[in-house]
Amino acid sequence: MNDALDVAFRLIVVFAVFLVLPLVIGQTEHKVMAHMQGRLGPMYAGGFHGWAQLVADGVKFAQKEDVVPAEADRRVFQLAPAVALLPYLLVLVAIPIGPSEGAVGQVVDAGIFFVLAVMGVGVLGSLMAGWASANKFSLLGGLRTAAQLLAYELPMLLTAASVAMAAGTVSLPGILNAFEWWWLPWQIVGAIVFFVAGLAELQRPPFDMPVADSEIIFGAYTEYTGLRFALFLLAEYAGIVVLCGLTTVLFLGGWHGPFGADGLGWVWTLLKIAVLAFIVIWLRVTYPRMREDQLQKLAWTVLIPLALAQIALTGIVKVVI
Amino acid sequence: MTFAAAATHGFLSPAGVEIAFLLVGVVTLGAAVITVTTRQLVHAALWLVVALGGLAVEYLLLTAEFIAWVQVLIYVGSVVVLLLFGLMLTKAPIGRSPDADSGNRWVALAVAAVAAASLVWVVVDAFRTTWIDLDGPAQGSTKVSGEILFRHWVLPFEALSVLLLAALIGAIVLSRRDGEEPGKVPASRTAPAARGGKDSSSGRADRSAREGNS
Repeated sequence: MNDALDVAFRLIVVFAVFLVLPLVIGQTEHKVMAHMQGRLGPMYAGGFHGWAQLVADGVKFAQKEDVVPAEADRRVFQLAPAVALLPYLLVLVAIPIGPSEGAVGQVVDAGIFFVLAVMGVGVLGSLMAGWASANKFSLLGGLRTAAQLLAYELPMLLTAASVAMAAGTVSLPGILNAFEWWWLPWQIVGAIVFFVAGLAELQRPPFDMPVADSEIIFGAYTEYTGLRFALFLLAEYAGIVVLCGLTTVLFLGGWHGPFGADGLGWVWTLLKIAVLAFIVIWLRVTYPRMREDQLQKLAWTVLIPLALAQIALTGIVKVVI
Repeated sequence: MTFAAAATHGFLSPAGVEIAFLLVGVVTLGAAVITVTTRQLVHAALWLVVALGGLAVEYLLLTAEFIAWVQVLIYVGSVVVLLLFGLMLTKAPIGRSPDADSGNRWVALAVAAVAAASLVWVVVDAFRTTWIDLDGPAQGSTKVSGEILFRHWVLPFEALSVLLLAALIGAIVLSRRDGEEPGKVPASRTAPAARGGKDSSSGRADRSAREGNS
């Protein structure tokens, strides 16, 4: 009985994190983008600096009519948002935020493989949405999503493999236990490649060609309204949380910090995630969208060679020490 | 399996894991049958996701965690995405495709039956009295799989690597087109779209072919 309670408690905590952190990042995005563009952003809802804007948005989405186009493939169309969103919830279960047993939802033996495999499933949601909408803009968006995923999955896997080689384990808490501060300069190339490839997988600017609103409306999500559209948006922000969390755990040392080793580990993790999320938002405001051929070129001629070089470097250092 | 094995492990009082294994197996088999019988092309690809995911769950139930995640990563994450990409790029109508049936289906069924029979026979013959202790430490963890793979099965592993490398080089050779102008679309690339007969689909193929060239 105690075990069941423990599992239930962990799941509830992970679910709460899954609901709260994406909203925090969404609100931060409103504000950071506004101030970088010399304006205020939402100021009215909730009184203090418009903190309740996203809640208001949620209420608005819930009130809207849920429309399925007449020509669409109904079931696939309706299933797609769930397929896009649920994998990120599953990934959050495996990300450790502190050194103790209780600071991770569930220790997964092959943690790296688990998180990368399940994250890859989420993209199926976009493909299903793109095809089932029976709309050529949606189909184009789905095609671009697939092309982007095929190009950027490989560098992500290669750099994650580099970290696994360095740590000698594929379990996420195991990697953090093996972490030393000098891994930071050692794996820095891998970290950048991983982060950039992750951004592309999430279709965040400057890699947002699949949803490029000025040419294909909103890509695979063009036909969606109401709650289902909100679920896709939530998936995007949950994806940011997961990507920043993974980069923190794999490359930035997770709960390790200059001081406060005991008890404050989770603060370091959250701080690093917050800084990375800020960078994600910053990139959206500052960089123009990349063209499709530039996207493919970046992945195949820059990121993959860099990732391979990182693996070679990791191997050499590992053999030498 | 055999009666000797049945003496120590009763079939009539199955454990919870065994029941779950059977149920997931039934779902996997059902999804696989729908994959090959449905006339809606994209639905077939999506049912394939269910079948492959069901297999991953079976691996998990047999404590082969590493294999399970690799199965999801490679098959669901990459192969099915590639499949969907190809379907969308060529012709993927919503609804039934009347020409989605092949005249070879009885031959295919026979080949599938023979392949399944030989596989089942080999597996049953090889693991006749081997039982996995599901309650003990995981026997398919990353560490165990890695040790077995790189200690006892290095040669097959390397042979497979060479095979994959050959396939990679073959793909590069096939996709190279020397001495062509970059803007020109060769006839072979537009042929599938022309068969589709719609202006929009052939235009899409043209555009993607041009993108591929640039």
